[in-house]
Amino acid sequence: MTVNLTSPGLLTRIRQSDLWWSFTHQRSAVLAAILLTVLIVSAFTAPLYAPQNPYDPAQLELWNAEIPPIWLEGGQWPYLLGTDTQGRDILSAILYGSRISILIGIASVVLALIIGIGTGLVAGYYGGIVEDALMRVGDILLSIPTILIAILVSAIVRELLPPSLRDVGAGGVLVLAIVLSGWVQYARTVRAQTAVERRKEYVQAAQLLKVPARRIMFRHILPNTLTPILVAATLNFGMAILTEATLSFLGIGMPPSQPSLGTLIRLGNQFLFSGMWWIVLFPVMQLCLLVVSVNLLGDWLRDALNPKLR
Amino acid sequence: MIVFLIKRLANAALVMLVVALMAFMIFRFVGDPIQLMVNEQTSQAERDALRERLGLNESVVMQYLRFVGNAVQGDFGISYRNQQEVMSLIAERFPATIELVLMATIISLVVGVPLGVITAIHRRKWYSEALQFVSIIGVSLPSFVIGILLILVFSVMLNIAPAFGRGDVVSIGWWTTGLLTPSGRAALILPSIALSFYQITLVMRLVRAEMLEVLRSDFIKFARARGVPAWRVHYSHALRNCLMPVVTMTAMNIGSLIAFALITETVFQWPGMGLLFIQAVTFVDIPVMAAYLCIVSFIFVALNTLVDITYALIDPRLRNSKA
Repeated sequence: MTVNLTSPGLLTRIRQSDLWWSFTHQRSAVLAAILLTVLIVSAFTAPLYAPQNPYDPAQLELWNAEIPPIWLEGGQWPYLLGTDTQGRDILSAILYGSRISILIGIASVVLALIIGIGTGLVAGYYGGIVEDALMRVGDILLSIPTILIAILVSAIVRELLPPSLRDVGAGGVLVLAIVLSGWVQYARTVRAQTAVERRKEYVQAAQLLKVPARRIMFRHILPNTLTPILVAATLNFGMAILTEATLSFLGIGMPPSQPSLGTLIRLGNQFLFSGMWWIVLFPVMQLCLLVVSVNLLGDWLRDALNPKLR
Repeated sequence: MIVFLIKRLANAALVMLVVALMAFMIFRFVGDPIQLMVNEQTSQAERDALRERLGLNESVVMQYLRFVGNAVQGDFGISYRNQQEVMSLIAERFPATIELVLMATIISLVVGVPLGVITAIHRRKWYSEALQFVSIIGVSLPSFVIGILLILVFSVMLNIAPAFGRGDVVSIGWWTTGLLTPSGRAALILPSIALSFYQITLVMRLVRAEMLEVLRSDFIKFARARGVPAWRVHYSHALRNCLMPVVTMTAMNIGSLIAFALITETVFQWPGMGLLFIQAVTFVDIPVMAAYLCIVSFIFVALNTLVDITYALIDPRLRNSKA
């Protein structure tokens, strides 16, 4: 007699999971996922079809400046959403800008996750001084409004960089600022969960079998702490994009030579009263679509993974 | 209780010392203060004298202690940019920020609480679902975007509210207020709405969640069974039991509102502390940056500590937990 021990394929497993069921039964989540996919794909494939490379000053022509969107009088092909005062195509600028915003968002969430999960696991598993130190640092970081930390880190690191590196390193500085104000949340969540898990029998069994501590932490305990982290990471991806946009809007983020969505909004804001509303409104709309779709997904994920709501 | 009080206050003091250390490090390691204060004609001897006068030749620990000592007395030195005393610069801007923040808090409560109650009572109605959706959008919109959109609609297109500045102000002692003049009140409208937007969604969601919980409890069922009119059950019996967390959150959030006000202030050119701070950041005016960091953190920490202590006074079980 043979027993079929092969597990079903990955695709089948996904399709049969509770998560997939709840996803396909929530219209806003499906819509948000489609929207987000479109936004991300369009941003990263922009160089293939965007009418202009907005970072290349040679492609900007002043006589193409201040063209309104194509459906208004004076609109011109190929400037679908019009141009700004330097002849920069708004649509291209938005697509390239989203790419920067998304990249910074992803980089800062991933980095914060690595630092947060690492310290949280060690603190929760070993306890003692590491745990106390982490909690204290966390207390202090949480006693200062995050936006203030981000602004200060960004301003100070930029000041410490040599002037030639300031524009090139702007993205890295932003990631650093967002990570420094954001990693504590993951660390605390993982620590709390790890402290509970390490007393459970499966961990004791693994310890008796002399499984190395590192393996216990990452292979045994970590998967059991990931649910709240996944939700937090999704929502924080939206938050990171917002923080980046805010810093750039305040003038301490991405420079005008490599504009992110926030920089575009800052530049466009100056023309609010001159009737050229399209320069500011379209980047604003793109930013909102991006963050709303991420937050809708995060909201759905939180409800779907919450055992109390099943 | 006294042990708890001491522990909590010691904790707050420790946090403030670390914040002060951060502010001090900014001072010490970002740029050379002498370089920023002198011009090219200043001789080496004069520079050395200035260095000596500012106490920059002492050990770092001594300098830190002196910094903390001065900060406690409200002395944060002199602004690099306009050579004025930092504390008087901030004191001048303080009332503008506080008025903005308090107004935003009032708006968020007046709008957020009823919305939360309505969405909790009529949970399945279309407008509750719509409000729930709008609240997600409200959380997703950064405050500067809300500010820009408000300016675009109400100042540029409709031209019914001013978009910049604070209007005319009246001074009462050292406090200046815009609430007593028509232009001051008009100028407050858009910024306070912009600042309150996020807060409204928070209050609404919190009230909704609390209401849903309370409405399930026995005393509400009993009140209904007794024939108490529905509006009384909802607004008197149920709502009263939800207000505690709302008050807590509002009190704790005033600190972050002050911090977030710097974005609103930048958008509306509102002459508050936040705008001063952002200008200081652009000019690397370190004494102002350090002072702002210390003051905002102090308000933040003080409010949190106050809320914790009040809670412990009300609920003795919290006194023994790890503070």
